[in-house]
Amino acid sequence: MSTTERTDARTDARTDARTDGRTGARAASRERASEESVLPRLPPREAPIRVYVYGISRDDGSLVPLAGAGGGVDGHDVRLVAEGGLVALVSAVPAEAFDEEPLRRRLERLPGLEELARAHHAVVDAAFARAPVLPLRLATVYTGEERVRGMLLAHRDAFTEMLTWLDGHVELGLKVFVDPAAASSAAHPSPEPAPEPTSPGREYLLRRRRQRRGTEDLWRAAEAVTAQVTRAVQDTVRAAVAHPAQQGELSAGRGVNVANHACLVPANTEARFRAEAEAAGSGVTGVRVEVTGPWAPYSFASPVAEGGEGGAPPR
Amino acid sequence: MSETFAGRLPGSPHAGPPSSRQGSSANLADILERVLDKGIVIAGDIQINLLDIELLTIKLRLLVASVDKAKEMGIDWWEHDPSLSSRARAPDPLDGRAHRERQLVDENELLRAELARLRNGERKAVTEEGTEEAG
Repeated sequence: MSTTERTDARTDARTDARTDGRTGARAASRERASEESVLPRLPPREAPIRVYVYGISRDDGSLVPLAGAGGGVDGHDVRLVAEGGLVALVSAVPAEAFDEEPLRRRLERLPGLEELARAHHAVVDAAFARAPVLPLRLATVYTGEERVRGMLLAHRDAFTEMLTWLDGHVELGLKVFVDPAAASSAAHPSPEPAPEPTSPGREYLLRRRRQRRGTEDLWRAAEAVTAQVTRAVQDTVRAAVAHPAQQGELSAGRGVNVANHACLVPANTEARFRAEAEAAGSGVTGVRVEVTGPWAPYSFASPVAEGGEGGAPPR
Repeated sequence: MSETFAGRLPGSPHAGPPSSRQGSSANLADILERVLDKGIVIAGDIQINLLDIELLTIKLRLLVASVDKAKEMGIDWWEHDPSLSSRARAPDPLDGRAHRERQLVDENELLRAELARLRNGERKAVTEEGTEEAG
């Protein structure tokens, strides 16, 4: 079935379902306008639009239920653009909000960034619940649907190959935390009895020394736990990458993150992975192991080299 | 081919219960780490370079510290130590309550520590400490 047929069918359904007369009328008028009717939910027709792309999957019908259900960035509908056996999850968005300048301004403010990131992730996640999906990096925006089709065609082989490779797998985060409170508490007492402090200054220094020693022990324990957990889950993991530890304000209060891995795991061994990680990570005071996910395979959808991103990240 | 994909079968691990999935409740740091740094990179028509300085600043501040800084910050009391907190803090102020609160906490601790020093006899403490650090 051709893309146009499918899109028209969706448009009919939308027109029927919507009680909003304005939107219905607009959709109807778009249909009369025929070939451009693929992105019916727009501000006034002359308003320029952009196409925001969330991810890519196979064009096998799995994601059709997601289309037209809202839930995209800024509440825009999620739509499907199919080409070459692949389908892109997109939203039609107003250019005034998604052209370079407004988008950049938005991304540089944490609330705007968070909103966009969560919406992007929500669409990827919903798709991932139904089918293998390649998440695109945040804020991949095209000037029109034809451009998205061209992108799908241009990378068809690479995308298809990646989808095959990732099929049936989930990404799990494996994080190891050190609890700083355990370092400053009496969890690691000084091996030699502390001499009587002779002054507040000396007492302060002795206390600091004990704290430092406790912290060093804790770091060593965390390293050991990380190695142990990594070994424990090894058999269930198809691929793994180490992300930088999360040390910023967003992760404050969760302990200090010392290891932050992403693991590609066959979906049917996820439970085993969790059990192994939990077992290997338990029993060490002040060290905590956390498994996150399942995630869409963000960390294993290899970037397609295109030279448009200004080179590799400066890591 | 597609029939063999477990994720499309109801009740499969791929389509697990919503509560177990990393949905809207997922940790923002985890989400940002993935959507900003991972995933497929294709140059769209709207050129947004996510590595721009300002954004990178946000990322560094909110998500990721260098290994050296991680070592520093891994020691909690060190982070709050008045004499060292300026090193543990990122230089660029981010407009946000968290940052201002953090500044106030640091400043507060600094003042408390100074007050404690004065109360405990500044000269003696300084002499003792100087001897210790040298030895």
